[in-house]
Amino acid sequence: MIRIENVSLTRGGARILHDVSLTLPKGGLTALIGPNGAGKSSLLSLIARLQPLQTGRISVEGLPVDATPGRVLARTLAVLRQDPGVASRLRVRELVGFGRFPHSRGRLTPEDDAVVAATLDQFDLTPLKERFVETLSGGQRQRALIAMTVAQATDYLLLDEPLNNLDMRYARDLMRRLRARADAGRTIVAVLHDVNQAAAYADRIVALRDGRLVAMGAPAEIMTPETLDAVFGYRMRVVEVDGRPMALHHL
Amino acid sequence: MLKRERVVLAGLAGLALVATAAFLGLNLRGDLAFALQLRGVRLLALVLVAVAVAASTVTFQTVTANRILTPAIMGLDALYAFGQTALVFGLGAYGFATLDPRLKFAGESALMLGMALALFLPLLRARMDVTLMLLSGVVLGVLFRSLSALVIRLVDPTAFAAIQGATFASFNVIRSDLLAIAGVVTVVSVAAIWRARHALDVLALGSDPATGLGLDWRRSAVGLLALTALLVAVSTALVGPVVFLGLFVVAVAERLVDTRRHTVLLPAAALVGVVILVGGQALLQHGLGGEGALGIVVEFLGGVVFLALLISEARR
Repeated sequence: MIRIENVSLTRGGARILHDVSLTLPKGGLTALIGPNGAGKSSLLSLIARLQPLQTGRISVEGLPVDATPGRVLARTLAVLRQDPGVASRLRVRELVGFGRFPHSRGRLTPEDDAVVAATLDQFDLTPLKERFVETLSGGQRQRALIAMTVAQATDYLLLDEPLNNLDMRYARDLMRRLRARADAGRTIVAVLHDVNQAAAYADRIVALRDGRLVAMGAPAEIMTPETLDAVFGYRMRVVEVDGRPMALHHL
Repeated sequence: MLKRERVVLAGLAGLALVATAAFLGLNLRGDLAFALQLRGVRLLALVLVAVAVAASTVTFQTVTANRILTPAIMGLDALYAFGQTALVFGLGAYGFATLDPRLKFAGESALMLGMALALFLPLLRARMDVTLMLLSGVVLGVLFRSLSALVIRLVDPTAFAAIQGATFASFNVIRSDLLAIAGVVTVVSVAAIWRARHALDVLALGSDPATGLGLDWRRSAVGLLALTALLVAVSTALVGPVVFLGLFVVAVAERLVDTRRHTVLLPAAALVGVVILVGGQALLQHGLGGEGALGIVVEFLGGVVFLALLISEARR
């Protein structure tokens, strides 16, 4: 369970998050949606203790994120932010291997190697595993970074715009894989730009706007013209395709 | 470790041995024991400098997440020299002269450590890009050199002589009185860096991924910067400021082993450093008869590498 209580965040005088309280149950896929600057990424990085908590409390699986040793938390929670820009001269295989760092502190055991190999395979990276990360295309690098996060084998997975740079096929692949992991009992929180991806794969959608929680619920509850208007600030048509709501947000 | 990495490391180790043998053995004449002892002390100093410069540069580059900046380019050795000058200024020539050189070294190192952390931590936390870091490094270097010059102008002639005496070290005039303490500091710091080699690999990913993988980025960065500062103090105390040696050594090592993994890169950089310093000195001294030129040659080659790296970075 991820418990967020009265979290506010101010940066450079600007209010990024405004007294956000929210509880996400264990298991399932949660999509964070909202317009640019809504505070989605900030909320995610606070949960993942990538920036210090200013006010309020956050705990993951009962562990307060600001007081738990990083090593302990890294075995419970894995996070991927938007393109961290890996500068180091690294092979794909080595990058994915870093996902095992919280478990083996850098000395990969045969067990770690097996996890890395399986993860490479899962993300279609086996043919690229000896390539240097800096020579990959944006989408390939994104897949390698997600693979690293997945190789961490944690119960909680936080992803900031994981579909960035992915083509339609890999975006669909990834969402299905995340869905399968959620069905297997893991907890996934992903910032998604495309509400239709969120509607198709998430168990619940959390909508933020201007640092405030605007709406939260099952896709069917959020995917209405009224709620989407309240979140994104314009009216869009919502149609039903094969029983699933779909927003025609581009029209 | 890949086969290529093992071959390169073995080759470098072999070259380092050859360089050492040449340095000790070439043109040996007269009283053998005396000559060997003299050369042995110089050899030890050169090896310490090579290892200290290599390890500190690799660590500094990883923590600051770039491959162009080195402690020397960021003005850390100018900071050390300023510490020396400030110490003379504070204690007076007499007080300074009566201090044990090892105590002086400790004092100067502590002074530098404090200032380095106070200066570079805010820079690191602001996460500036390479250009800004480089600019601030140049400015800081000028600042410390100017401060030293200012202090030198303020002191009386005796203190001036003391300052000159304290900062005269170069490849030609190695401070052998500091060898023992420099050796201890180097061994301890390098051992600590070696223990953190896997953490360094993770730190190289940047602060967010490293935090996500369970490293306390701030604490690791502070610790590693402190070790870097100590190693810079060692090399600056022994042979004075060398600006481009670290950059040169690490750039060559990285191209040879073709990886940034610290398990491989750290020993490779140290070995390249030994080959260049010891081999270069042996060659210059016995082959070309220009024993005073090592500093110049190293700075020249390092400067060329620095320009090449800057240009290739700008092209990308």
